[in-house]
Amino acid sequence: MSEWLVGVAVAFVVLAATVAALCRDPARQAVMLAVLGLGLSVLFAVLQAPDVALSQLAVGTALTPLLILLTVRKVTRRPTSGGDDGDGKDQSR
Amino acid sequence: MTARTRLVMFLVATTVIAAFFTAACTEVPRFGSDFHPYGQRAVTAALAHRTANVVSSVNFDIRAFDTLGEESILFTTVLGATLLLRLARDEREHPPAAERVLPTTRLFGTVLMPITLVVGVYIVAHGQLSPGGGFQGGVVLATALHLAYVAADYRVLERIRPLTVLDVADSLAAASFTIIGLAGLIAGGAFLKNVLPLGTFNQITSGGTLPVLNAAVGVEVASGLIVLLAHFLDQAVEITDSDSQEAH
Repeated sequence: MSEWLVGVAVAFVVLAATVAALCRDPARQAVMLAVLGLGLSVLFAVLQAPDVALSQLAVGTALTPLLILLTVRKVTRRPTSGGDDGDGKDQSR
Repeated sequence: MTARTRLVMFLVATTVIAAFFTAACTEVPRFGSDFHPYGQRAVTAALAHRTANVVSSVNFDIRAFDTLGEESILFTTVLGATLLLRLARDEREHPPAAERVLPTTRLFGTVLMPITLVVGVYIVAHGQLSPGGGFQGGVVLATALHLAYVAADYRVLERIRPLTVLDVADSLAAASFTIIGLAGLIAGGAFLKNVLPLGTFNQITSGGTLPVLNAAVGVEVASGLIVLLAHFLDQAVEITDSDSQEAH
């Protein structure tokens, strides 16, 4: 039963990591990174490493994607870029 | 460097690493077996220091010097972010506006914030007994404060996070890890030696220096992460380039 769970968790981690690496849009990449972090913390918990699972859940799933999303938001909000991608977000704020 | 050279270098490096990794893995105990040479030694060492959580014992007692390095990484990160994300000459700071929040969201934050804070302190304080410790608990404490931004607005968050105090707390906590280590050097003859009374096994006061180091790391991680997030959030919410004003 436990080995079966480990197999599923490893497969999910590999899949999520591949999708995150192949994603081109940084915002989507951050979301995939959060999903990958969640998969990794499940894997650690199944492998009986709750300490690492807790750290992974807090940092990999919540903090790192949040920092990436904040950076993406700041970088794409340049008013000098004319009207292609940044302006819409700037107005909505 | 052309794409072809890069590919060749990548393939050579991958082959070398793969060969050494495979050679190293042949000596490793089989996955899922009952033979854990390192685990058995770590459990014996942790029990000798009356620490229930063996992982904490490895991190903060047997290999506390490694944790000092990791803690310094976080401190340097916060320092670097503070330095890079300071207000530049061509940037303006706008006061954040008050925002309307759904009453249910506000209730959610008001109920959840004290619970999360208590959970964070619990995880830091029980690092020597149960999964968790200074690092995990510190992250929980830092996120708990940001519930104010979710449940209210940025002005409330700014009011409940005194950045100057947190900056000082971060530095003091980072320094106190080294000071505890030096105390071990003076009292016991080795840097970061566990010199405090070990207490009773499975009690909150057990483990000697372990709870003290956990508390130091907890304060450092919590205040460091709040400061780090504050700089990122300021950039996203408050600070804009001044060319938006100069444009008209």
